[in-house]
Amino acid sequence: MTAHDPLTGPLTSPLTREQLAARVAADIAPGSYVNLGIGLPTLVGDHLPPGSGVTLHTENGMLGMGPAPAPEDVDPELVNAGKVPVTELPGASYFHQADSFAMMRGGHIDVCVLGAFQVSAGGDLANWSTGAPDAIPAVGGAMDLAVGARRTVVMMTLLAKDGAPKLVEECTLPLTGVGCVSRVYADRAVIDVGPGRDAHGRAVVVERFGVGHAELEDLLGLTLGGEG
Amino acid sequence: MTRVAGTAEEALGDVPDGATVMIGGFGPAGQPVELVEALLASGAGDLVVVSNNAGNGDDALARLVRDGRVRRIVCSFPRQVDSWHFDAAFRAGRIELELVPQGNLAERIRAAGAGIGAFFTPTGYGTPLAEGKETRVLDGVPMVLETPIRADVALVKAHRADTVGNLVYRRTARNFGPVMATAAGRTVAQVRDVVPAGALDPEAVVTPGIYVEAVVALDSTTAVAGATA
Repeated sequence: MTAHDPLTGPLTSPLTREQLAARVAADIAPGSYVNLGIGLPTLVGDHLPPGSGVTLHTENGMLGMGPAPAPEDVDPELVNAGKVPVTELPGASYFHQADSFAMMRGGHIDVCVLGAFQVSAGGDLANWSTGAPDAIPAVGGAMDLAVGARRTVVMMTLLAKDGAPKLVEECTLPLTGVGCVSRVYADRAVIDVGPGRDAHGRAVVVERFGVGHAELEDLLGLTLGGEG
Repeated sequence: MTRVAGTAEEALGDVPDGATVMIGGFGPAGQPVELVEALLASGAGDLVVVSNNAGNGDDALARLVRDGRVRRIVCSFPRQVDSWHFDAAFRAGRIELELVPQGNLAERIRAAGAGIGAFFTPTGYGTPLAEGKETRVLDGVPMVLETPIRADVALVKAHRADTVGNLVYRRTARNFGPVMATAAGRTVAQVRDVVPAGALDPEAVVTPGIYVEAVVALDSTTAVAGATA
């Protein structure tokens, strides 16, 4: 946890990774079944309050996933979707791959938090391929996760390392899913996309972190709905 | 009737050149390492492999790929930090890749085992992996037609078998084993131990013995995968 609670007052700077994880966690209803994607979204697990009754799903076949084990408790047959050792919480269950993805695709998982290379105002997601011609392709469960959960949200930085906006009018990278993302949690803003767009088809700013509405529009090169 | 084999080679039996072979596991967890070693030693080539990953480090699957024994791989996540043998073969055009979303891979295997001719799924719609496939809007949701994946031989790893081939698994090593076991002409399971019929709780059996042609007890150790992504 960080010293600065992002939920207690206006910020004058973008959120840190941990603050962003706490912000995402704050929107997860108690008792939810949640899948956290590989990478940045994994941090959200550390910010779910004890007693919230949130159950974590990992698509390689487990509900009730717990945190990383102590080194002496590592079990190579108990790993998460990133193939990283995890633990088993009381009430955990195991199931095979077809059941695990049926659970996801069938709308039984309440929330899926994914990372992204690009998200469009329409809620399209690109998070599996950089499109580089010499890249070794790999997709894993990304496409299944994107369209399966009741609510798919993205956790990312608003800008790529080269400064390019990651929230865009239309994705230019290969798509993972069409119209599947409903909200983007980024370091500088929380923005509704897809079904959450306004009547003008604009992504809607829900919250800003250390940046003005007009400045946000400038950074992204987009006209945004919401306060402004 | 399930055979109880004494060695991995005996369990594997004859795998002809050109066979389609399913290999269980999600990375090292649940990978039937010794059975794949036996496949490597058998000399079989021109194989089509169906597996979630394409080998880690210098493991047996990676060496099958390295040695040019795999003509085609059907896989969701070939790229790993230590998939150098697959990466080299792919870049050199020495291996054909069918990239399949993980849930579609599982469901296509399940469909084959369950006698389903094809199915519509929302996964992959509008993406490069659905290009050229039939689509339909069902109940307002755009869907892609996907076909079954079956194999000549499935190699899986379970925790324990009984002498009639019933299998139980352990933790997340279960992954693809139960669906692959249903989808092959012949399924071979390596386990930690084989117990007499009646010693497994029938309520706890995950893969019924009807799906399993051979079992072999092997003292398998799985490398810890903490470094892979």
